[in-house]
Amino acid sequence: MKLNEATQSMRTGGQGKARQWAVEHQMQVGRMFDALDMVPVSQAHMMADPESIGEAGVEFFENFAAMPDNDRQLRIPLITDPRGVDLSYYDPLGQTEEMANLERRFIRACESMGVVMTNTCINYQTVNSPVLGDHVAFGDTGVVIYSNSVCGARSNFEGGPSALAAALTGYTPRYGLHLDEHRKATCRFKVLVQPEGLTDWGVLGAVIGRKAGSYWEVPVIEGIERVPTSDEIKHMGAAMASYGSTPLFHIVGITPECHTLADVGAEALAVTEISQADINTLRSPFGAAGEKVDVVVFAAPQLSLMEMQKVSSLCEGETLHPATSLLVCTPASVYVDASAAGYVKAIEDFGGKVLQGTCFYQQYAREIGEANGWKRLLSNSTKIVNILGGYGYLPALASMENCVASAIAGEIVNDY
Amino acid sequence: MTTELKCHVGIGEAVEGVALVAEDNFSARYDLDRIKGVFSRPQHKLAGQSYVDKILVMNTAKGGVATAWMLHEMTSRSMAPKAILFNSANTILAQGAALANLTLCDRFEAGDVTQLIKTGDIVRVDPVAGLVTITNR
Repeated sequence: MKLNEATQSMRTGGQGKARQWAVEHQMQVGRMFDALDMVPVSQAHMMADPESIGEAGVEFFENFAAMPDNDRQLRIPLITDPRGVDLSYYDPLGQTEEMANLERRFIRACESMGVVMTNTCINYQTVNSPVLGDHVAFGDTGVVIYSNSVCGARSNFEGGPSALAAALTGYTPRYGLHLDEHRKATCRFKVLVQPEGLTDWGVLGAVIGRKAGSYWEVPVIEGIERVPTSDEIKHMGAAMASYGSTPLFHIVGITPECHTLADVGAEALAVTEISQADINTLRSPFGAAGEKVDVVVFAAPQLSLMEMQKVSSLCEGETLHPATSLLVCTPASVYVDASAAGYVKAIEDFGGKVLQGTCFYQQYAREIGEANGWKRLLSNSTKIVNILGGYGYLPALASMENCVASAIAGEIVNDY
Repeated sequence: MTTELKCHVGIGEAVEGVALVAEDNFSARYDLDRIKGVFSRPQHKLAGQSYVDKILVMNTAKGGVATAWMLHEMTSRSMAPKAILFNSANTILAQGAALANLTLCDRFEAGDVTQLIKTGDIVRVDPVAGLVTITNR
């Protein structure tokens, strides 16, 4: 991998140990994917919840934070993915002081390095959306797939360590989705059933992600008859990335790099149809109509202001079943607006709880499930039901309307 | 007798261990109970089995970015696999292996690595050379 003068100086230690680590890390990854050089990036987004990073990860950050100012100063803005502990509400969830302290130490280390604690996985809706052709180093698969596909930005999945490395150097290895040839379509789908509502869009994304099946596949989708909303395509992308590790998709006539099939080199690709049967097959493991529901979760991705408005309108004047919990996860920035608009009050008067800057599956989901006796979990997020099976839950999927209706009834009223 | 398998240059140090193989995909977040060191997702083909100190052989990576940190966290408690071999890794697994100094290789010239290596095989992995050797057959 070829380094320029600036990155070569970082590699030899001329700009401190943090940047030296960062370049070495980037070279290891770049070599594996045959990167020839580095590309400058405009911003980075770091996933690093305490459950994932553990004590070892917190110490890793504290070591950086203890270095001289000049050595650890970030070269580009670095923002953060959701936290694992809402420090204003953790004991009632069954999270321990030990978890909270790990979170506090991590936040302190990040803040001393100049990391901007946005704590959001919807930064493309709430912070600073990247633009067409913008090279960035984003983490959280939902952030990457939205930024690549809907904004036309260029990012690989950058896990927390690599996002930090990019923020320290201002560069990332030029491989994968930074290159034109990896942004061309490799598989072609035709949708025969039009999605309606966030969950349908998520399920469609999941079906395509599962069929695509690899980070290196780029689906192009035909047959979508209307432009989705930002929240709809957010759910579609998040689910596709979750089921397929997919970082980029194109929708003909809708996403910015694909006005026609020819734009993404897809004219000669064989067409796979997505039918109602495919949708049903994906949904069937998550159907549980009539069963008691322990917890209803709106998260993954965090809710936008528009989603907060909708959840609150469904909760207004109703009452949560006493044996069921309802949790809503949103970034602190949305929480402020949602509070001012009365949405938070409506949800909490109902009996639910709005958490700030966290996302349910990133906040010690196994431990809080055990602490609260939560087994049967219901959500409108196709992504979260995919994740939580491994955490000991029995996840079920329903529309936002039916999630709230189930929270009122204490049992799943309808799994569509 | 040994069998040599050429692969792409990988990450980490040369290691040797016992293979645990499945035609399935891998995510530390989605599939593992990292405290107990076992596969915990009921639908996973290795559900209930320990991955600690094994040479894991899987199809590809799936899901999210958390694995990039989790491999480091698992290694710090000596509760990690010794190496992971994939048909095709994604960027997250490579980044996580680099941070954790965990051995990782992919892209095998002879075809599907989940068919080439069997559970229980003794396997030596040299990521710098891009070479995996099955030493027991």
